[in-house]
Amino acid sequence: MFERLYVMLMKEFIELKRDHWALFRLTVPLLIQMLVFGYAATFTVHHVRTAVLDLDHSQASRALVSHFAASPNFAIVDQPDTPATITRDIDQNKAVIALVIHAGFGRKLGNGTRAPLQVIVDGTNSNTALIALGYVNQIVAQFSVAQPQSPAMIAPTVTPAAFVTLQERPWYNEGLDERWFFIPGVIGTLTLMQVVSLTAFAIVREREVGTLEQIMVSPIRPFEFILGKTMPFFLIGLADIGLVVSFGLLWFHVPFVGNPWILLLGASLFLFAALGMGLLLSTFSQTQQQAFALNFFFVNPFFILSGFAFPIASMPKALQWFTVINPLRYFLVIIRAVFLKGVGLEVLWPQLLALAVLALGMLTASTLRFRKSLD
Amino acid sequence: MSSLSTTTAADAVPAVRVHELSRAFGTLQAIDNVSFSVAPGEIFGLVGPDGAGKTTLMRMLAGVLAPDHGRIELDGIDVQHQSEQAKRHLSYMPQRFGLYEDLTVAENIFFYGELFSVATSDRRTRSETLLHAAGLTDFRHRRAGQLSGGMKQKLGLICALIHTPRVLLLDEPTTGVDPVSRRDFWAILYQLREQGVTIVLSTAYMDEAERCTRLALVHGGRIRQCDTPARLKAAMPGSLLELVAADPRAIHGALRHQPGVLGSLLMGDRVHVRVDNATRRMPQLNNFLGEQGLDIQGMEQVEPGIEDVFVALLDEEAPA
Repeated sequence: MFERLYVMLMKEFIELKRDHWALFRLTVPLLIQMLVFGYAATFTVHHVRTAVLDLDHSQASRALVSHFAASPNFAIVDQPDTPATITRDIDQNKAVIALVIHAGFGRKLGNGTRAPLQVIVDGTNSNTALIALGYVNQIVAQFSVAQPQSPAMIAPTVTPAAFVTLQERPWYNEGLDERWFFIPGVIGTLTLMQVVSLTAFAIVREREVGTLEQIMVSPIRPFEFILGKTMPFFLIGLADIGLVVSFGLLWFHVPFVGNPWILLLGASLFLFAALGMGLLLSTFSQTQQQAFALNFFFVNPFFILSGFAFPIASMPKALQWFTVINPLRYFLVIIRAVFLKGVGLEVLWPQLLALAVLALGMLTASTLRFRKSLD
Repeated sequence: MSSLSTTTAADAVPAVRVHELSRAFGTLQAIDNVSFSVAPGEIFGLVGPDGAGKTTLMRMLAGVLAPDHGRIELDGIDVQHQSEQAKRHLSYMPQRFGLYEDLTVAENIFFYGELFSVATSDRRTRSETLLHAAGLTDFRHRRAGQLSGGMKQKLGLICALIHTPRVLLLDEPTTGVDPVSRRDFWAILYQLREQGVTIVLSTAYMDEAERCTRLALVHGGRIRQCDTPARLKAAMPGSLLELVAADPRAIHGALRHQPGVLGSLLMGDRVHVRVDNATRRMPQLNNFLGEQGLDIQGMEQVEPGIEDVFVALLDEEAPA
């Protein structure tokens, strides 16, 4: 059997070597996507386009506006004179947020009564809106503290002694740098997408060209073919993970505090599951076009339902159940933990076990289906 | 293992034995209760129009498609249940042989040789012989994807033969192949036959069908007739007249419904007219054509070809 496996591998690597674009295709898109994700994937909201309508024209109102102007989170794009203009600004997407300071704002502050500030926010992008409102609250709070004559603004009627003071200290990512969270996730996501599609396409191509049928009339056993066909992609997957991990460490300076061997173990199990998925897709496709459509159908949900960006705990129960069979879900926990937390097998064994079970299940199912799909 | 001295199907273990084979795709009965045997050393031809079921039958013989019913034995080995064993002695070349286009001619041969565990020295001598016979010796370092259609088919045949099969299955092997390559191809087949290899091939070319030792006429998923080309021709009902004419199409149309005419077939500038009795009908048809003002340059009785036999068979089944 080893000579047949050997010749399969040899053939794969000759084909890869002859394909001059292979090296490019296997590395550059990964690195570019990594760069794009690293710089673009962020929940932080900067330079929110802001329109300000000051109907008070008092010293206080000007001071408030200057607080917003000084904040990097806001960019004042328009200061109109009429409420109608504010509506227009929001409608035309010129501004995402609008502050309306009504007449009497300064006087009320001076009197020590509550001075309302109207905030209009474009809720189309609910996430941005929510975060921007958070910043508005912060700025207004700072502004209020800076108004010595108006303790009523901020000081509740309780005595200061009863205040609960919050002392924040985030572990593992003290600066709460989102990149530290995203980069490891990107590595898992990109690897899954690449390995699943590479495997599926490569096998379907052999079916399309007719070499699959030709090989199957030889004494080769289906599992020898599958092994010969998937091992190169396993190695490519490992190399890709190595490449993007190094890139994350060297370029984005994401810390790596854990044990690389645990990552290697997790990555290997994860790759087996991904290879199984690719193989399974290939058994449902007669042509590369069908494989493409199927790949599209599966890979995106696997990405969305992985916990990459959206917390699994917030998903409806039915979708949470689906994530149980998602290898990316487990690998993301592992890779984030190894990068940032440095925990070991004693913590990660459930994820590793789940990946092992998934990999075994997918490879078995796909091998069985592969035999049937030869007809 | 089968003795070469036994040449008749009756006393030898058949190289191929197909027993009551059926296969349906959905509601289409692609192969319908087919049985036949092929003796060792035969070149057995499956002839029939597109869609007759030839490829389905071939794929079942090769063991890549499972039959619904029936069984197939190669040298007494059950193809379905002892597939590993059967595959060692079998070679299957589909209409388009699956070559790795990024590999060179030599690499493709090496690859298929290794799949069949051919010893290195055997592979070397054999591939030299086959490359030479196919006229591909000078192309061994060329990528398979850069070969012409005929060269690709010949390379496919080399890959299929690298492990010295006992039974060779060829599905329309020379479709789209130029005449020179076809000649090379057949030269190789004849050599193989001398070495005792049994060949089953399907073809839509009637001249190729004539070269087979025995033919099965396949139509609608069934074998309608199965015999040597000579006996098939002899058994054709009626006799055949060949008319040469400037406007063969008009003659073809005019004669179809004449009394005594069993069928008519256009063949280039000729018309093949099958009649019940040649001596009686020749003067009658001559007169009729004269009355109609249709000129012919000649009319003579000829021996039927396989195509005539086949068309006659279809005519008999569905009279116009």
